[in-house]
Amino acid sequence: MYSRAYKSLVSLPPLLWVGIFLLLPYALMLVHSFWLVRDGFIVHQWNLGNYAALFTRTVYLQVLLRTMRIAASVTLCSLLLGYPLAYYVSFYSGVRKEILYQLVIVPLWVSYLVRGYAWKTILGSDGVLNGFLRYAHITHAPVGFLLYSPFAVVLMLTHIYTPFVFLPIYAALESIPRPLLEASQDLGATPSQTFLRVVLPLSMPGLLAGATFAFVLSLGDFLAPLLVGGPSGTMIANVVQSLFGAAYDWPLGAAVAMCILVITLTLLSLTETLEKRWSFK
Amino acid sequence: MNATTSARRATWLTPYVIAVFAFIYLPIVVLVGYSFNRDGVGGFPPRHFTLHWYGLLFADGAIWDAVLNSLVVAAGSVALALTLGLLAALALDRADFPGKALFRRLVLLPLILPGIITGLSLLMFAVFAGAPLSLVTVFLGHGTALISVATTELFAGLQKMDRAQEEASLDLGATPWQTFWRVTLPNLKLPLIAAGLLIFTLSMDEIAVTFFLIGRDNTLPMEIWGRLRQGMTPEINAVSTLIFVVSVVLISVWYRLRMRSLRNAN
Repeated sequence: MYSRAYKSLVSLPPLLWVGIFLLLPYALMLVHSFWLVRDGFIVHQWNLGNYAALFTRTVYLQVLLRTMRIAASVTLCSLLLGYPLAYYVSFYSGVRKEILYQLVIVPLWVSYLVRGYAWKTILGSDGVLNGFLRYAHITHAPVGFLLYSPFAVVLMLTHIYTPFVFLPIYAALESIPRPLLEASQDLGATPSQTFLRVVLPLSMPGLLAGATFAFVLSLGDFLAPLLVGGPSGTMIANVVQSLFGAAYDWPLGAAVAMCILVITLTLLSLTETLEKRWSFK
Repeated sequence: MNATTSARRATWLTPYVIAVFAFIYLPIVVLVGYSFNRDGVGGFPPRHFTLHWYGLLFADGAIWDAVLNSLVVAAGSVALALTLGLLAALALDRADFPGKALFRRLVLLPLILPGIITGLSLLMFAVFAGAPLSLVTVFLGHGTALISVATTELFAGLQKMDRAQEEASLDLGATPWQTFWRVTLPNLKLPLIAAGLLIFTLSMDEIAVTFFLIGRDNTLPMEIWGRLRQGMTPEINAVSTLIFVVSVVLISVWYRLRMRSLRNAN
């Protein structure tokens, strides 16, 4: 029913815009990763040196491994907080369901920076937590290891991504037909058997989606380490940032960025496949 | 599930869930609480209630310049992202063209990829194009990245729309142009407002992409970021509290609209 003119009129502007302002920039990133820097200038000489450096200089691998560890911890913690929360809101909240759901969602919209800052004021050696510990006579000297550590990064990111993880899990739990649970119980399953063999498998697609969100978003984060991480909490995106900044090695920085991009896209397509398989069962 | 088992299971779950809520709200409570604290951002318990920091904030020219910059960037981003997002959603819904699957994925990339990758790619593009970094580059970056949000929301709206209305309009002699303005667009009113509010809020808060595209003039988050390096004062708590309140108001409006458009669809 739509004419050719209509179709090209609606498709051409976004195609052109996205081509110029998204495809081209991402392509520039890819292209840069195959160039090199000589005497402080970017030389358009095709080579694989940047990628070779990634795998031979152990410092990059170390930071990448630490980043993976931090992202995995964030994922695990967010699931441990987010899953029971979603389970409770979906199954046990009764008439308060809507309000509890809203309460989980609201912090999602509090500025990322604001929340990072809040954790900084809580964890610092003059911070609220240390003040509280002294006030309660639990400690006498300030506890210094709270802020500027991988722990602080995990804490801050867990705080940010728990609502993100909650959402898809909650959606999955809400779509479980309630008669299934009754059937399971009538057939003699204990509550924990019902949970493990009915609820958990059926909520798996949501759980996977949530876990992927948390992992992927933590993997590329560079602001949390800057805010609360300190030198020991440096992550892979900070390496990219410093290569593009002070170190001025855009090609190497682009190669590290491509690395993050490839890991992200691989994980996402993996999850997509897994989710499909779980939904079939 | 009978009442006894659900009650039993909920007994150990309830305290845990309360603890999770406490964790989620702790930073927000601390942030707001200490914005009224005379003695600064640390220490416990907060003593001496004061509005001094809010007074300081309202007299702080640099902050309000940054707020104005952020508002301008956000308004521009909403216009850009909604226009292109609407066209993209129409294209995905109604047109077939080579590379459609690729286009669909490409549009969504800024939503999926870490902000640093999108930010740096756009920085390289700005350097490549010889464009100086300024609020214009920030606006182009936000607007382009947020086409993803507009497309997703508006595509969902189009999928729910009843095409028979458009067909009727065309059959009754309206031009495609008239049909678009009088039938298609009014039908998308709620998703358009909802997407607009969401884009506005996201742009006001954005920092990962902005970080690499900012020139001399700061947006509000970048201004706060800059101040964090000089040390923390409750003035930052005060401005953060205000941002929090405004975000919550905007988002609850967005949520209401969304709920209404879902109800209308059913």
